[in-house]
Amino acid sequence: MSMIEFKNISKWYGSFQVLKDCSTHIDKGEVVVVCGPSGSGKSTLIKCVNGLEPFQQGELIVNGQSVGDKTTNLPQLRAKIGMVFQHFELFPHMNVTANLNLAQVKVLGRSVDEATAKSQMLLNRVGMIDHAHKFPGQLSGGQQQRIAIARGLAMDPVAMLFDEPTSALDPEMINEVLDVMVELAQEGMTMMCVTHEMGFARKVAHRVIFMDKGEIVEDAPKADFFGTPRSERAQQFLSKILHH
Amino acid sequence: MFTGFDVDVIQRALPYLWQGMLFSLGLTLLAMVGGIILGTVLALMRLSSYKVLTLPAGGYVNLLRSTPLILVIFWFYFLVPIAVKQITGNPYASGIGPFYSALIAFTLFEAAYYCEIIRAGIQSVPSGQVNAAYALGLNYWQAMIRVVLPQAFRNMVPILLTQGIILFQDTSLVYVVGLTDFMGAASKVAQRDGRLVEMYLFAALVYFIFCYFASYFVKHLHTRITPPR
Amino acid sequence: MDFSFLSQPAFSGGGTYLDWVISGIKWTLLVSILAWIIAFTIGSVLGVLRTTRVAWLRTPATAYVELFRNVPLLVQMFIWYFVVPEILPKALGTWMKQGMPMPEFWSAVLALGFYTASRVAEQVRSGIQSIPAGQTQAALATGLTMPQVYRHLLLPMGYRIVIPPLTSEFLTIFKNSSVALTIGVLEMTAQARTISEYTFRTFEIFSLATVVYVLITLAVTVLMEFVERHVRVPGYIGTGK
Repeated sequence: MSMIEFKNISKWYGSFQVLKDCSTHIDKGEVVVVCGPSGSGKSTLIKCVNGLEPFQQGELIVNGQSVGDKTTNLPQLRAKIGMVFQHFELFPHMNVTANLNLAQVKVLGRSVDEATAKSQMLLNRVGMIDHAHKFPGQLSGGQQQRIAIARGLAMDPVAMLFDEPTSALDPEMINEVLDVMVELAQEGMTMMCVTHEMGFARKVAHRVIFMDKGEIVEDAPKADFFGTPRSERAQQFLSKILHH
Repeated sequence: MFTGFDVDVIQRALPYLWQGMLFSLGLTLLAMVGGIILGTVLALMRLSSYKVLTLPAGGYVNLLRSTPLILVIFWFYFLVPIAVKQITGNPYASGIGPFYSALIAFTLFEAAYYCEIIRAGIQSVPSGQVNAAYALGLNYWQAMIRVVLPQAFRNMVPILLTQGIILFQDTSLVYVVGLTDFMGAASKVAQRDGRLVEMYLFAALVYFIFCYFASYFVKHLHTRITPPR
Repeated sequence: MDFSFLSQPAFSGGGTYLDWVISGIKWTLLVSILAWIIAFTIGSVLGVLRTTRVAWLRTPATAYVELFRNVPLLVQMFIWYFVVPEILPKALGTWMKQGMPMPEFWSAVLALGFYTASRVAEQVRSGIQSIPAGQTQAALATGLTMPQVYRHLLLPMGYRIVIPPLTSEFLTIFKNSSVALTIGVLEMTAQARTISEYTFRTFEIFSLATVVYVLITLAVTVLMEFVERHVRVPGYIGTGK
């Protein structure tokens, strides 16, 4: 069963087409990595999933609901889909626990005690329990991103979206974030990850999607993508990022 | 009691109002030029590393920025004739006329505001630019005049012009010493003919149109001249 | 300087000139603070409306800001005092001119309040708009609705960001309150001028008035620094990334 299903999604900014007839799917428990050069539309594609980016054509079904449908309750849908951003986007005026509690209390209606217990459990899990009372500005990028993952998980999501979670990090902090993501993948979380971390893809991805100029150029099982023949554009891209 | 809007009264007063408008615009332009020149000097003083320069400049700016413009206008109305008598040594000297008193008051008042705008503008030029200029062997004044100030002023043009629009609105306050700027003219006609509603609404309309389009022009300019980084 | 005239009996009213000064300070503070309450309330609402994506909320707010900030405060004072009672329905206008207590005071408060509201609105708008779009996206992604995003993220952060410019608007309102003398409010500057006309102690009384405004500026600055320190976010420097 597909958790997320893209059916011929197209999107324009004015006259510029950023997504061209994109179709793919992510099944329950599947980990899919989306890669491609910058400006290829991969961030736009992932933000369509929870309706942060509207699209003009096609249909997108998430957890059985149509995202583009005007009658769909977007906040309710978003509450079930966790999302992690490139720049962490923790709320700077709230401490770590308050960041994790906010949507639990305001959207799911949990009591503050319930939410705090859940938050502590997750902070413990991402190794940040000692920082529960600090503010985002007092933490490193890697620490902030691990908290952002915990914030997504606190909502008991059915799937997690990662939009370049490591590209704003200093190199020495990338692994602490990837470790959390690998663990999550191995536990069977449904994940859609926009990332250039091919090591992560090799380790836990089931499928890899390669995008260029708004198109899905390649959509293949991991073994096929890293192994045998593939499109010239994907080959060029891979050789570029692997030589860096 | 107000009965009907009398357009005639405005039409009859137009030549007189136009004289007032010329006064307002003249005062604005001269005070702007004087304020920017004096403001630049004050800004350079505030940014220097000598206490004998930073302290008086800082004190002057903070004092003027804490004081209402009307009080400053009153101050200069009182002080300028005294100063003229001191300078000329003639106890019966009649002063230099209300226009110049107002001009001096506005110039010295606006200089404090321009100083802060220009100081921020100079500080917004990356220090690497100054270092690069020094590395080429330029001295302080060469670096300031050739490298820093041109970049700073280019960044500041929109803010300096916006301050000019505020200054234009502020010139209406010369009303308090009875000068006939645009608002003074409108107010005199209003009192004489007993047509306050027409004259004040007309004055508001003229100021609005003038300032709205001037701001629009500044905004347009801002998007055009913002230098690529 | 000789300040002994302050203890002399004033020309009228039975008190001394010092009483006139104190009364001037009182009216300056009253006009300014009441006008600030209006400006802050209306300005905040307008500023928030200008950031929404709903055109029928945004356009009137924009029109208000453009109208009130492009007409000099003096002209607005005159309109509230001389024009508004004339163009209102007859009964209300007559009441404003004859029945309403202290018409010049309330006209000054309204004029200064509505004028400053347009400037507060611009500060609040730019504060909210300086919060990176990713923050709003992250908040929406957790399932919060747009009103909740304003309540828990955009307003708390936006107000922190605009404390410095709002401080400067708050300072400006005390200075601008002197424009109220043009419609007959006997605030500090008006009293200074009147006392100088009666006593010829111009230098002394203008100096005293200037000191009063400097002290108000200092007091407001200290107060706002306290507010800023109180709401400061640990480790937070700016919105730049």
